[in-house]
Amino acid sequence: MGNSSAHRWEHYYTPETVAEAVDLLQRYDGQARVVGGGTDLLVEIRRGLHRPVDALVDASRIAGLNTIEEDGDNIVIGCGVTHSQIIRDSRIIKYGTCLSESCGVIGGPQVRNVGTLAGNVAHALPAGDGTIGLLALGGEIEIASVDGTRWIPMQESFKGPGKSFINRHREVLTRLRFRRTGTREGSAHHRVMRPQGLCLPIISMAVRVQLHDNNTIKKARISMGPVGPVPFLAESAMEVLVGAKVSAGQFNKAAEAALASVTLRSSKYRASTEYREQMVRTYLPAILARAVEQAMGVSP
Amino acid sequence: MSRLQMTVNGTPVDIDVPESRYLSEVLRKDLQLTGTKIGCNEAECGICTVLVDGTPVSSCVFPAFKAHGSNVETIENLSKNNELHPLQQAFLDHGAVQCGICTPGVIMTAKALIDEKKAAGETLTPDHIAVALKDTFCRCTGYQSITRAILQASGQDIPPLLPATQPTGNSVGKPMPNLQARDKITGTAKFADDYRFPGMLHARTKRAGIPHAKICSIDTSAASALPGVHAVLTHEDIPGSNLHGVFIKDWPVLCADKVRYAGDAIAIVAAETEAAAAAAVDLIEVVYEKLPVVSDAIEAAKPESPLVHEGRAEGNLLKHIKVNKGDIKAGFAAADTIIDRTYRTPATEHLFLEPECSIGVPAGYRPDNFGGIFDTTAARGETAKHDKTTVYVGSQIPYGDRDQVAATLGVEPESIRVVATLMGGGFGGKEDITGQIHVALLAEKTQRPVKMLYSRQESLLVHPKRHATVIRIRTGATRDGKLTAVEAKLYGDGGAYASLSEKVLTRASTHAAGPYDVPNVKVDCFAMYTNNAPSGAFRGFGVTQSCFAVESNMDILAEQLELDAVEIRRMNALDVGSVTSTGQVMRESAGLNECIDLVERDLRGDDFRWTWQEGNRRFAWGIAAAYKNTGLGGGAPDKASAEVEVWLDPDGGMRAEVRTSSAEMGQGLPVVLAACAAEELGIEASAVNVLLGDTDYCPDGGPTTASRQTFVSGNAARLAARDAARQIKGAQPGANVVARYDYLAPETKPLGSGGDMHVAFGFGVQAALCEIDMESGEVQVHRIIAAHDVGRAINPLTLQGQIEGGIVMCIGYTLTEHYIQEQGKPWTDVLARYKIPSISHTPSITSHIVEHNTSTGPYGAKGVGELPSIPTSAAITNAIYRATGVRMRSLPVDQDELLRATRAGETEVELAWGDLTPIPCIALGGEQ
Repeated sequence: MGNSSAHRWEHYYTPETVAEAVDLLQRYDGQARVVGGGTDLLVEIRRGLHRPVDALVDASRIAGLNTIEEDGDNIVIGCGVTHSQIIRDSRIIKYGTCLSESCGVIGGPQVRNVGTLAGNVAHALPAGDGTIGLLALGGEIEIASVDGTRWIPMQESFKGPGKSFINRHREVLTRLRFRRTGTREGSAHHRVMRPQGLCLPIISMAVRVQLHDNNTIKKARISMGPVGPVPFLAESAMEVLVGAKVSAGQFNKAAEAALASVTLRSSKYRASTEYREQMVRTYLPAILARAVEQAMGVSP
Repeated sequence: MSRLQMTVNGTPVDIDVPESRYLSEVLRKDLQLTGTKIGCNEAECGICTVLVDGTPVSSCVFPAFKAHGSNVETIENLSKNNELHPLQQAFLDHGAVQCGICTPGVIMTAKALIDEKKAAGETLTPDHIAVALKDTFCRCTGYQSITRAILQASGQDIPPLLPATQPTGNSVGKPMPNLQARDKITGTAKFADDYRFPGMLHARTKRAGIPHAKICSIDTSAASALPGVHAVLTHEDIPGSNLHGVFIKDWPVLCADKVRYAGDAIAIVAAETEAAAAAAVDLIEVVYEKLPVVSDAIEAAKPESPLVHEGRAEGNLLKHIKVNKGDIKAGFAAADTIIDRTYRTPATEHLFLEPECSIGVPAGYRPDNFGGIFDTTAARGETAKHDKTTVYVGSQIPYGDRDQVAATLGVEPESIRVVATLMGGGFGGKEDITGQIHVALLAEKTQRPVKMLYSRQESLLVHPKRHATVIRIRTGATRDGKLTAVEAKLYGDGGAYASLSEKVLTRASTHAAGPYDVPNVKVDCFAMYTNNAPSGAFRGFGVTQSCFAVESNMDILAEQLELDAVEIRRMNALDVGSVTSTGQVMRESAGLNECIDLVERDLRGDDFRWTWQEGNRRFAWGIAAAYKNTGLGGGAPDKASAEVEVWLDPDGGMRAEVRTSSAEMGQGLPVVLAACAAEELGIEASAVNVLLGDTDYCPDGGPTTASRQTFVSGNAARLAARDAARQIKGAQPGANVVARYDYLAPETKPLGSGGDMHVAFGFGVQAALCEIDMESGEVQVHRIIAAHDVGRAINPLTLQGQIEGGIVMCIGYTLTEHYIQEQGKPWTDVLARYKIPSISHTPSITSHIVEHNTSTGPYGAKGVGELPSIPTSAAITNAIYRATGVRMRSLPVDQDELLRATRAGETEVELAWGDLTPIPCIALGGEQ
């Protein structure tokens, strides 16, 4: 790794249209690969962790796909949109708070200025922060290939740690969208890290809640990682909340339900099972409380 | 090759380059804009930051063609018409530049921030800076001066922080920026990788990759046959000695019969391109017979342990170091209380942000033979002729390198020339040989200049680390807190080769009773060979380790005796008249009590509390004291020579140059030497040039280690200048004289013989204010109050920088850093797995200076390079204990374990981050 050109590519393309991008992939017949900001992929290529490719197809400069747009109730994020763009966007700060918060803790500014949310989701890490944030919001992704485009719920793309059903030699993740949080809705994210040499979170969690007028919970969505091989939706915890009155006790019950439904791993140098469980017990209720406050209009 | 079009620093660029280039490579190689530096090629360290369309990016992982059509701005764009940008001026004013390797990236990141906030009409705050610079590392400054400089550059009235010091002389005592600081902030400063020679080849090393094995065969035929490869060398190609070592020579230049750690060198390749050299290395076939691995110092001491070096009567024991004073039995018999604990400290990595780079140039090299010229400003005048085999390197020991290169080439030392380039940080990690000998061998073999640049990952694998230790200390005291005895046993992991283990662990042992007057001391230290990476010099030189143990025990003792943590240190402090553990009588310059007073004065305001709670967060102060020798000591002749040349200009003005082969690694030696010479000559320091580290033009200043250079080279420069001043007195304009002084520090005695083991000691006290989040176990250091006795502040500005940087380095030692090896294989194989403190870990630092002059030091000065990075760890863990009731007995602090202990009601934690097993038991004398 490092100074040599051993782990590189021959051609670097910056297509301006989706058609151009998928045509390039088709032409290379599996020998080309899509790259977003490249902040993860290029480092991994340098380390020899990927099979060599002839060409990289940079999806970050496609015309019209480097902006954040509103489409009815949806907020649509192009695949060229960087984490920095997301955290500065006043609409996402307000109507997709947990996504803004989760993108804000990714890497440092240099990485956020280049890395894209599309790249984060396509990378399919079990605890990619942007991914966890968007998953709680109920994110969907658009995939383009020579056969056309289709929207799917984002969780359908996760195959395993760092493995996506999106074929990055054939397909491009072109857009991401979520229904913006509306009246009596709120969201929040929290991540626990350690300051030592590990770039992966100990636990990253996001929630989206919607309240009835009587302050019972109408809908709840909770995402967590790393919990198993793919980003995790804590459905049993969501069930505990729906229909229940908002209370600290109920949030604690949700955390216990989440813990009962998963096996948190003890990972060497990262965290013990006990520590991870404790973090869920402490911070899942905390972000539920924050999301509920937002839903009640206590905070923006 | 494809056409890349972009605008760089306002100029349109249209070049044909491979599409596989990264932006950093286009800037540095194709456009020769070497102001942008490379620290890791992992997008981790941020020093390669440039602006693309105004946005900071890490150019090392930014494909060049991604910038096609963009506006790129680098450090070279900032100063116009020789006028500095406000950021550059502020970095000079605040001393926010030390080694300078990170400076371009830091400045560019800051420029984007200032521009952004200005455009938004916002006032810049320290919080903005902490967010923006979170991933732009600096290993030298500790960030406080950087933050203040950026605030100043944004238009705020922020003066440099300077300690109160003694009245100044002409030059001595005046705050001044370091001599090459201007080059470093403008991007014109040249580090080794910034040099290019016509016809230059690129070299790579075949590494063992396994920690312990017999070499059965080495086949280089495929590698040699690869197009573009000029030479592949193995141990068979070495004309002289195949062993090197700073002190003991036991480290193969190229391994012949066995490998002893994963970073061992087997073969070296020189080729037309880096890619060809790397490909050739992959084609070298080595057949091994694996051997059992020993990767722990205590295991290595067992008789059944595998032997790292065969044929030694001592087995894996590199050295048994003993310190004895008084009667240890009587000492403990007189104690009312005995504190007995075992501590563990991790191996750590220097993480100088400039990876090692050496360039060898063959004797008789002429650049015009390769159709080019060599920029002679890089070396002195006619020296560009390269009459001798020449090595360009940023090294802490230029003359030592020269001698070691000569020994392997089988020639006289005088036929080798070492030219010191600027060094992007050293911290002890650039004392051992890395590529110096290899490039000399390859240059002579190929008759071409040969550059060997380590990748960050190779640097992590190869160079010596800080010794991992296990330390048991028994501290005995009377009821009123007076120390009666200290007994300690230490095991130090020396790794595969001797390097400076004996010296480092001697220092750990002699300082193992702390900066206290202890009547009875017994220390046994075992330096062990293992199959881990070698351990060597690292700022603090062993004392960092033992201080953590000593000062933890002191706080436990104070608590047990219900004494104040400040008071127990004061009543035992070394003072004039005290006797150290090695029997040295402190005759002068022992300012520890004054350091204690200054820190206490700041600490104990009207509303002072040791500890308090806010919601789920607990806050507490902790305190620790330390001392550290200046100079080699222990009977080693401590010499430094300097030459001072003085010119009388026709207009009557006087200029001077100081020449010595001591090393500048960012610590600020040139400006100290300039001040010493200027003081004697009665001129401004700005009229003094300093040439360091060219072995053909500068006399030997000895190794830059042991906090010694201000003392020894400072004295040599001072006395040479005094002689030059005498000679030139009354001379006519146009005259010039050269005076040389060979300074020999006062004689010292070897350990065990009593008397003066060292010429002087620096003293320091630090108090740390920490916050512990009781929900997550996370620790944050908010404030450090420090006081250090440095003898005399020659330059308060660079001194402040040394202290702030040393403190932050030790915060890393305490909270973030651990070079992890698993059965001899480094787990820490990429920078992403080794986190040094970032700006977000930086506390507010108040630094007081105590100046108890040392009679033999230049103007009373003693060393300070290491001292501030020693007591911080215990100050922090003592604060953690006070806040949580949990004592951390291993470093670095693990939030997982800390939280577990607080919840379980446990009071001591043995596991640090990266530890998988509890601290082993060590028997003290008489125990089984």
